[in-house]
Amino acid sequence: MSDSTDNEHKPQRPLPPLVESFTWNRGTISEIQRAAEEGIYSIRGGGAKRYVPHFDDLLFLGASMSRYALEGYRERCDTDVVLGSRFAKKPLHLDIPITIAGMSFGALSAEAKDSLGRGASMMGTSTTTGDGGMTPEERKSSKTLVYQLLPSRYGMNPDDLRKADAVEVVCGQGAKPGGGGMLLGQKISDRVAEMRTLPKGVDQRSACRHPDWTGPDDLEIKIQELREITDWEKPIYIKVGATRTYYDVKLAVKAGADVIVVDGMQGGTAATQDVFIEQVGIPTMPAVRLAVKALQEMGMHRKVQLIVSGGIRNGSDVAKCMALGADAVSIGMAALYALGCNDPKYDEDYRQLGTRAGFYDAYHEGRCPAGISTQDPELSKRLDPELGGRRIKNLLQTMMLEAQTLARACGKSHLHNLEPEDMVALTVESAAMAGVPLAGTDWIPGNTRY
Amino acid sequence: MIEIDLDKVTIREFNQQLHDLNGTDKKEAYKIMNPRGKHSVAVGADAPVDITVEGHVGYYCGGMNKHANIDIKGNAGPGVAENIMSGCVRVQGNTSQYAGATGRGGMLVIEGDASSRCGISMKGVDIVVGGSVDNMSAFMGQAGNLVVCGNAGHALGDSLYEVKIYVQGEVKSLGADCVEKEMTEEHVAKLAELLEKAKINADPRKFRRYGSARKLYNFKIDNARLPE
Ligand SMILES: Cc1cc2nc3c(=O)[nH]c(=O)nc-3n(C[C@H](O)[C@H](O)[C@H](O)COP(=O)(O)O)c2cc1C
Repeated sequence: MSDSTDNEHKPQRPLPPLVESFTWNRGTISEIQRAAEEGIYSIRGGGAKRYVPHFDDLLFLGASMSRYALEGYRERCDTDVVLGSRFAKKPLHLDIPITIAGMSFGALSAEAKDSLGRGASMMGTSTTTGDGGMTPEERKSSKTLVYQLLPSRYGMNPDDLRKADAVEVVCGQGAKPGGGGMLLGQKISDRVAEMRTLPKGVDQRSACRHPDWTGPDDLEIKIQELREITDWEKPIYIKVGATRTYYDVKLAVKAGADVIVVDGMQGGTAATQDVFIEQVGIPTMPAVRLAVKALQEMGMHRKVQLIVSGGIRNGSDVAKCMALGADAVSIGMAALYALGCNDPKYDEDYRQLGTRAGFYDAYHEGRCPAGISTQDPELSKRLDPELGGRRIKNLLQTMMLEAQTLARACGKSHLHNLEPEDMVALTVESAAMAGVPLAGTDWIPGNTRY
Repeated sequence: MIEIDLDKVTIREFNQQLHDLNGTDKKEAYKIMNPRGKHSVAVGADAPVDITVEGHVGYYCGGMNKHANIDIKGNAGPGVAENIMSGCVRVQGNTSQYAGATGRGGMLVIEGDASSRCGISMKGVDIVVGGSVDNMSAFMGQAGNLVVCGNAGHALGDSLYEVKIYVQGEVKSLGADCVEKEMTEEHVAKLAELLEKAKINADPRKFRRYGSARKLYNFKIDNARLPE
């Protein structure tokens, strides 16, 4: 036919490039197809994977002509922090302002909890129980242990309350503000079931609201009860997921907190709906500014201590939180990675689970090849608590050295002397969120309402 | 008998006095005068003491109790005997919300009525109510027994785990996954024992029993409550 002969003589046009839709990209399509097959949301662990403005968008202004730097290694740059000085008879004195966040026994193996306790104790900082009660192992390995009072009240009892060094009333978590806990049946071993008074193997849904108080006025009375039971000795923290942070912090102060923990949306979790992790809450960076602003307005900054968490990875994140006005930070995911979560040496195991090292987030399934988010004794024995403890210590030490390097460069003899004035922002949105000027300008966008 | 007048002694002073006995087996007896709705009366006891409260109390009376016997001759505010571990808390009047919340052992007796969420998240405590309970009682109850001699409000036993519920009167509605179950001789005997222990007069044969259908124990999409 004439057509074909014509074509033979035409120059060949290259194939058009493949254009992926931004709205309907491969990830979106695959999620839709998964939903169509399974009819239920996806559940995973870890923190938000989407991009949100974070501390990398801030930079320190090192000293030069107008500021004096401190000599690295030689001149003092202190790192200690006192938590709970408002009402508690026995506030915590920590050597470093990086604490280990609450992660439950159940979500984590006993070996992982033990490692966290050892590492934190070596560095003179605290670790925290979680939704599942206190294990004797973690009490033993943690010099300073914060006991969580959660909506589920799993394992809650007055003996452990008195054994604790502080009490943290958990009203929410950054990964899922407004959501309760979730621990799927695969991880409910005999021991976990017994500690939580649940039948073995059931999917446990812990409540999202506390069972015996509603609202901040009740919480004030609840905190009084906890203080009475513990003879006013222990610092009492209130932990909130970052959402309406400015108001939540004011209410927490009013409810009588010694310490407020604000957990940003990047904060990790052991298990929740993906849609929760990605779509609820505000990033850590603006949450710090809002919390500090609320405390300052009440004349409570530094009197009620602020601990910040959610995506804290290194010493610069620590220093930036401190510069924005936090008293301390808390880490979850960073500690798990330090213990070997997603270590490439387990890549073969990760492949068998249908993923790769660097991408594993199915903490809810309890098959963690590194022996961390599992209750399977065969897997958890891969984690040696002594070694794990050393790795946690090394991470904390590195973070501290980095934070001190930055503080000294800004001429600060204590991490708490860092201030917003030491920083600039790289992007317009981070300038607005953190309340520091866009680099090279004196412009802080945003209204002044809060 | 040690008399404590809460018009003269602070809650802090009294609780401290109580805690000084913790871990001992001293069987002191206290009579608490003028409680006037104060909060946190006799919380965190851990000794086999007898405490009589002459009047009404506010929130969390007897919270986290171990071993003590607390007799409240009046009404109790929210969260009475919350997280009770052992011993007994008796309320001669009525109680507000969340009575016996998360209790893990021992017994809570309410001679009058209880408000909503009585026995919420209970974990082993036995609660005997002479009167009625309101909505959402035994919500997410994990273990123990809830006995109601009167009626129960809406959504009784919602999202129940292993609590056994006995109700003599009417139940307005059952919560998700809560169903009526057979009352066997074994249950009649257990109920008789609970009533006797609580010193509440009722005929165990007149009660019906409710418990978990155990259908929510594992995430199955067919169990999720979807919009209609
Ligand atoms: C495995 C795992 C378990 C957790 N369990 C709890 C918990 O029981 N209670 C709680 O308040 N927060 C829990 N969290 C949240 C942490 O306490 C903390 O808020 C969060 O991890 C901080 O953010 P980061 O992971 O980015 O450091 C958990 C987090 C992880 C990763």
